[in-house]
Amino acid sequence: MKVKVLKELQKIIPLLTLHNLNLEISCTIVQKNLLFSLFVLKNHISYQYTLLSAISGVDYLTSLYRFGVVYELLSLTFNTRLRLKTFLSANTLIPSSIEVYVNANWWEREIWDMYGIIFTKHPDLRRILTDYGFEGHPMRKDFPLQGYLELHYNENKKSLVIEVIELSQDFRFFTFETPW
Amino acid sequence: MLLKKKNLNRELKNFTINFGPQHPAAHGVLRLILELDGEIIKRADPHIGLLHRGTEKLIEHKTYLQALPYFDRLDYVSMMAQEHTYSLAVEKILQLKVSRPAQILRVIFLEITRLLNHLLAVGCHAMDVGAMTPFFWAFEEREKLMEFYERASGARMHAAFIRPGGISYDVQLTLLEDIACFVKQFVLRINEMEEMLTKNRIWKERLVDVGILSSKKAIDWGCSGVMLRGSGLPWDLRKTQPYEIYSELSFSIPVGSNGDCYDRYLIRVEEMRESLSIISQSLKMYRNESNVQSYRANSKLSSISKYESKSSMEGTIHHFKFFTEGLSLPYGETYTATEAPKGEFGVYLISNNTNKPYRCKIKAPGFGHLQALNYMATGHLIADVVTIIGTQDIVFGEVDR
Repeated sequence: MKVKVLKELQKIIPLLTLHNLNLEISCTIVQKNLLFSLFVLKNHISYQYTLLSAISGVDYLTSLYRFGVVYELLSLTFNTRLRLKTFLSANTLIPSSIEVYVNANWWEREIWDMYGIIFTKHPDLRRILTDYGFEGHPMRKDFPLQGYLELHYNENKKSLVIEVIELSQDFRFFTFETPW
Repeated sequence: MLLKKKNLNRELKNFTINFGPQHPAAHGVLRLILELDGEIIKRADPHIGLLHRGTEKLIEHKTYLQALPYFDRLDYVSMMAQEHTYSLAVEKILQLKVSRPAQILRVIFLEITRLLNHLLAVGCHAMDVGAMTPFFWAFEEREKLMEFYERASGARMHAAFIRPGGISYDVQLTLLEDIACFVKQFVLRINEMEEMLTKNRIWKERLVDVGILSSKKAIDWGCSGVMLRGSGLPWDLRKTQPYEIYSELSFSIPVGSNGDCYDRYLIRVEEMRESLSIISQSLKMYRNESNVQSYRANSKLSSISKYESKSSMEGTIHHFKFFTEGLSLPYGETYTATEAPKGEFGVYLISNNTNKPYRCKIKAPGFGHLQALNYMATGHLIADVVTIIGTQDIVFGEVDR
């Protein structure tokens, strides 16, 4: 993308930061400007980011704003990508971008399932990847890798049994980082 | 006292059936709840997550090299394409340049991967629709290609061959000669399969005008790869955002006009032919390369040959540190996407100056395509749902991760 058009981006959308790292453009916005920014980026004639590739969630456990939601946009007419990030603290609501991009549906369901971030005005916010009765949000950094419950088939009861996990050996976590 | 008919509250509910997780045509584990009106579908609600293995969480606890085999197992029919995207993401953060012989070999194996995928896609799609024979012919060709995988890396399917920095081992020249022989006879096989299907009246009736996706709707639903090209958009990441040596190769991109399943089938067959041409060009380029044994980036960022590791102290230390601690990436993030055979496969990698990824998000093309299933299948019959799932080329390893 031409540098001039990139700088113009700041005049159209209220960005907080704009980075150009390794030819990848990424910008941060405040949460209340999210829908407006996405709408402008999709429909403005010099940007036309019509394809939403993915929405990711990130958990920064030790940061002021715990979660980040990252939108990857692609413009087919100009052949550029843009990354749009918002940061939220825990228990904050974020508006669903389903009115702007129809395919945001499943991506937001996945972020709700994995992180517990609630998207308001989403038509059908339910779990998508985890099991039907699963409790908890697995991708959060404080959720252990082995989980809390284990599921197995009990021959005596002839059915599935859910019980607290019992590992015969503790999870061995190696860092191997050089101390100097 | 009889109730008058007009006083009865009648509630019409659509007939719901479960196109269950265990179904020969459900391409893996797909639980599809179909709401029907007779045989016409009113709504299709896919329930996924039955193959969810927690890949992203596991990757956060592994070093960069240990995380590589997870990518093989995502889309388990086109293995090296995902490894390649991950390796490109890691190399982008490191700003590491891969040596040219390694790039050419990567492209050769990526196109072999594309052939593997399209053979399965077309073969299984044909079998789901009802034509059983192309499936067997396609799988015989896949066996020959998997033999090449095995000779290059040691494993028939999940070859952790394309690694950050280059490839794992160099290939023998005899393997490249055998690939050239394979390329010569493969055109006949594609012609055989095409003869069976393309002009077949039954095939055309099952596929033409089924699952039509206009170009605007394809973009709206976030489709990529063959789904976009079938609707008339000439978008191929190998041409528009080229990586490796694709900018130097000459190949064309087949584009459809109608946006239905038949166009996508024809595009896949044509892409197989284009892949053959790319492989022959790359083989010629490899032969013309000043053949230096520099298939690995010669630095601390790649593994070392066995001879060197056993002959000097530094070699032993390098070998030990590389396989235990591994690569240490600086702070950075990248979203790298390549044209995997199924569509745009993307890896969003955040690194935090340690040897483990902080966050590795996998954007699978099948996830976006399956979302569009509800839109594509409404108004069609149940048998058409099978056709549409087959044409979207869904593999649950990547959808569920």
